[in-house]
Amino acid sequence: MEAGTPLLELEGVSKRFGPVQALDRVDFAVSAGEVVGLVGDNGAGKSTLVKAIAGIHSADEGTIRFEGREVSISRPQDATELGIATVYQDLALCDNLDVVSNLFLGREEISPGTGRVSRQLDEVRMEHETGDLLSNLAVTIPSLRSEVGTLSGGQRQQVAVARSLLGEPRVVLLDEPTAALGVPQTKQVLQLIRRLRERELGVVVISHNLVDVFAVADRVFVLRLGRAAGEFKADETTEEHVVSAITGVGDGRNQKEQPDQPAPKEGESA
Amino acid sequence: MSATEAATAEETAERSTTAQALRRIVQGDLSSVRVILGLVLIAVIFQVQEDRFLSAQNLTNLMLQITTIGLISVGVVYVLLLGEIDLSVGAVSGLCGAVMAVLSVKHGWNAYLAIAAAIAVGTAIGCLQGSLFSRFVVPSFVVTLAGLLAWEGALLQVLGQTGSLNINDPKITGLANIFYSDTVGWIFAAVIIAGYGAVLALGYRRRVAAGLGDSNPLGLIVRFVFLAAIVIAAVAILNSDRGVPLAVMILLGFVVGMEYVVKRTTFGRHVYAVGGNAEAARRAGIRVNRVRIAVFMIASTMAAIGGIMAASRLFAVNQNSGGNELLLLAIAGPVIAGTSLFGGRGSVWTALLGALVIGSISNGMDLLSLSSSVKLMVTGGVLLLAVLVDAIARQQRQTSGRV
Repeated sequence: MEAGTPLLELEGVSKRFGPVQALDRVDFAVSAGEVVGLVGDNGAGKSTLVKAIAGIHSADEGTIRFEGREVSISRPQDATELGIATVYQDLALCDNLDVVSNLFLGREEISPGTGRVSRQLDEVRMEHETGDLLSNLAVTIPSLRSEVGTLSGGQRQQVAVARSLLGEPRVVLLDEPTAALGVPQTKQVLQLIRRLRERELGVVVISHNLVDVFAVADRVFVLRLGRAAGEFKADETTEEHVVSAITGVGDGRNQKEQPDQPAPKEGESA
Repeated sequence: MSATEAATAEETAERSTTAQALRRIVQGDLSSVRVILGLVLIAVIFQVQEDRFLSAQNLTNLMLQITTIGLISVGVVYVLLLGEIDLSVGAVSGLCGAVMAVLSVKHGWNAYLAIAAAIAVGTAIGCLQGSLFSRFVVPSFVVTLAGLLAWEGALLQVLGQTGSLNINDPKITGLANIFYSDTVGWIFAAVIIAGYGAVLALGYRRRVAAGLGDSNPLGLIVRFVFLAAIVIAAVAILNSDRGVPLAVMILLGFVVGMEYVVKRTTFGRHVYAVGGNAEAARRAGIRVNRVRIAVFMIASTMAAIGGIMAASRLFAVNQNSGGNELLLLAIAGPVIAGTSLFGGRGSVWTALLGALVIGSISNGMDLLSLSSSVKLMVTGGVLLLAVLVDAIARQQRQTSGRV
């Protein structure tokens, strides 16, 4: 875990959909080798923030810096080129294709030689690389040639995460990676997220499940009604503190009365 | 491949033993095995009723009869893989056959030029229909239904007053009426068997060299022996009648070539992806609309080729060319043989198998001189059965967690 410049840094990012202020001057950062849990109630702006980073909806205001350099992300391709990968909740996998095909979908390896003419698939190489990647991540899939539709929810999530890594990203955004998963599957996915951290990636995990967030995140970032409502170090705070930041009540402090607060750095103070 | 793995995903998981390799062959291509058993059953039933059914002459006729439907089905498979439908393939085959005939007979064009022009018309039609479908997000059903009507009208227009046109250019009529000598037939057999063996062996060697499991070649050997036996038997039968027909080689060539495209190339992979989950394909950077247009172009092009073969076989085109039940049989064939109507599952191989099933039934009923009332009802029943089998297979996949 290195300190210094964050890998990805957002400053004063705002986004408005008609009359709704979805994001209001949010500052957000993630460093290499760090897992940030992004939490908040429904409609708090979590998805909007992720979409702003992923280039789905570009921000109206504010600056985004990547590795200290100011960048503009207006299309999904911009994010991909910078090295920001997003795994959406619906995973976007083709259930009728096997693991290898899904991993390489849209960036298939082409056979050398005469196969180049017909853009023949280099199945052997793709399967080999898939095997390497998955074993690196300690992801266990019964067979690389199983159809993705036959896999469990946890395995599908892991395939989707592994797929996002093929483009060698620096930052990975995970949208509700543990939603609808059973206990052992959740464990596998959390283990995978820890391995992404070991690979020195910056990881942003959106989740409703605070237990999962606390199990894996270094830092918890709370959004409420489009504003930053608190930032906590996971090992220095408790779920109660985070919950009160999410709901804006408790601790004898009503966060609604704190306009534009620049997120207390040390969570315990909240 | 996908179906193969689907049925045996759990089994193949742990390790590859001999027993598992065998099970994989049996279960893996379950739908193919089911269809082949069905074919055997059909053959037995008709053979019992009429002993000419399995004669070399009738089997050769059968192969010639299925050429057109098989070629059209090859293109239909691509459309089905997208989860779409093309109702215009019958009309397009009739129109393109007529275009070729008119250019050759009335305008005295060179046969090959006339054929090329007819194929180009087919491709252009596919491009138009595919573009309308993907650009305006109109259901393919409606676009191609409009096509069905319009191209039937175009056929009448092209044929003009005469209503039918006889073809006498031997280069065109030869397509469906040339038979090769015994020697050439055996050379074809040797080339096919050696080629298949080489593909299997090279693939196996690469996988082993790359250290990817599956080091048990038993499955491959069984497949090789099975194919070799079928090829040798087929050539022996065809040779004992008039010889191997050129039409059969054309059909086989397209089946093999288009199976290669769909299973081994990037384009084919994208066809499966769009049929399985178009949104996922789009997010993976696949240009979904391009794939769709290309697939509709393939379907109409194959329909044109099928229409040319039909014209060649009949020595003529008429107002009924590409009409009647040709369209529905060309769609029913692949579905009977295991290509899903819901997209994302199937193979070009099912075009050939399905054409064989449908061709056998219709050929057998002709031999028994059943009335058209019975024939239509039986054909309807077979079509319904095929769709039910597909729907049941889909339900089973869903209950076992696959979509």
